[in-house]
Amino acid sequence: MAWSAYRVAIAQFAPKLGDVSANVSQHLEYVNEARQANAQVIVFPELGLTGYQTQDLTLEVARHVSHPDIQRLIQASRVVDVLFSFVEEADDCRFFVTAAYASGGRLVHRHRKLYLPTYGMFDERRYFAPGDRVRTFSAQGGQAGVLICEDAWHLSSPYLLAVQGASVIYVPASSPWRNTMAASDFGSHAFWRQLLQVYAQLCGCFFVFANRVGYEDGVHFYGGSGVMGPDGEWVAEGPASERALVVADLDFHMVRRARYTTPLMRDERVRLVLDEMQEAVRRRSTDETGD
Amino acid sequence: MKPEIEARLALNPSLVTSVLTGFLRDEVTKVGFQKALFGLSGGIDSALTAFLAARALGPDRVHAVLMPYRTSSPNSLADAMKVVEALGIAHTVIDITAPVDAYFAQVDRALGYEANALRRGNRMARERMVTLYDLSAAMNALVLGTSNKTELLLGYGTQFGDMASALNPIGDLYKCQVRQLAAHLGVPRSILEKAPSADLWADQTDEKELGFSYDEADEILYQWVDLRMSPDEIVSRGYPERLVRAIVDRVRRNQYKRRMPIIAKLSGRTIGLDFRYLRDWGT
Repeated sequence: MAWSAYRVAIAQFAPKLGDVSANVSQHLEYVNEARQANAQVIVFPELGLTGYQTQDLTLEVARHVSHPDIQRLIQASRVVDVLFSFVEEADDCRFFVTAAYASGGRLVHRHRKLYLPTYGMFDERRYFAPGDRVRTFSAQGGQAGVLICEDAWHLSSPYLLAVQGASVIYVPASSPWRNTMAASDFGSHAFWRQLLQVYAQLCGCFFVFANRVGYEDGVHFYGGSGVMGPDGEWVAEGPASERALVVADLDFHMVRRARYTTPLMRDERVRLVLDEMQEAVRRRSTDETGD
Repeated sequence: MKPEIEARLALNPSLVTSVLTGFLRDEVTKVGFQKALFGLSGGIDSALTAFLAARALGPDRVHAVLMPYRTSSPNSLADAMKVVEALGIAHTVIDITAPVDAYFAQVDRALGYEANALRRGNRMARERMVTLYDLSAAMNALVLGTSNKTELLLGYGTQFGDMASALNPIGDLYKCQVRQLAAHLGVPRSILEKAPSADLWADQTDEKELGFSYDEADEILYQWVDLRMSPDEIVSRGYPERLVRAIVDRVRRNQYKRRMPIIAKLSGRTIGLDFRYLRDWGT
């Protein structure tokens, strides 16, 4: 039902690397906590069931959606909607970084990470296949979408969800702390905060950012989860570096007012974008073949 | 140092402290340890490690090991004791003179000539490593590293000696950043202000031996390593070519010290190449 309000809980926690059953248990404990907090949705960070740098553990931590571990979490959505993330094994034995949204004991939506960072300290494409679609789905509060971490660093991703009418975009992440030495600069953390603020205002929707905490071989994940409103203000902010259950109420009257006051998505010229994209793609492929 | 580089290398000390103390707590306890130990030389790097460890784990869970050699400056031991007292941490003094001298008495005789300063210095660094790893087993405490980013890049350290550790909280801090953080955490003034030295012989200082200052090294390394500028680009920004080349060559020449031994590949899955797991695997 659109234009209502609901409560989201974000589990900002540290998964145990490679230990799926321990992480399933942690998830279920947080689901319980979320229920006690009267939340309607709980959101977990990227790869919360496996830890982030799975490397050659990928083969053993991967789960088909029919696997009992995944089914247990889907069943847990009978009490509160659950958005969780794991290494998904497809029927054809490809592995994806997937986030699944379950509600009422059913799998409602699956998002496979589109952009797998493979540069600098990141090595995802070595192990995973990229997803090939970004779609909204019907959930609490209307149309929702999911972007996993790096997906949100690509301008087109929130745009594609916004033109499909998303009023909330969930962003499960495993974002490590880096470039954060300079006194005046919080590095990757600052970048995320700016990005979410700008996106929320441009798209006129909520962003729910769920970032993990903890360390993996010296790499620190800083948390800083929270909910950004369509007016570019934080509705709720989690602490840096500590475990927390961050709870926020999403009032969709805010989306309505923001979209009336600054109707950017209403005025969006999707046909123009499509035409120009086709032309740009044509030129780009011409350049690449050297013609 | 150019002001704009200095500004880029200025730390947010409380933020960095929280990340590094969290790192120590997390990585020590998740492998099943409660305690950490480290060699405390009286220099700024090991003093910083001591302050971070005491803050991360609590003073009763860290142990400082002071390992003087007969030629070590008495000031070094005195400065190390200042750290021990300031933090209220346990310490042990293990004099490494006897084992090091016994070794060279035998080996100099066998080879028929006296070991040079480099070999003697390396042997001392490795004696200290052997001592720390033995005490690690005795005390059930993990060995913390005390090498900073500048030293690690320049290779100004002994492989399997002072470069050996289980966890290094300060290895991503340039020397000038070690100074900032040490001052922030209250490392005693005499340690902050003295010239860095490996203390292997009288009047030795790192900067005399390297032939350039740590500030010069930090400034060039930051632009080359962190900003990915080419050596030519750095020279064109007004640094002496000889200095830039000397630093870049040193880093490349010492790459071997920063890596595990390389393995001849035969099988389909070779350790270090296509057998890839974090060290945190299973923790």
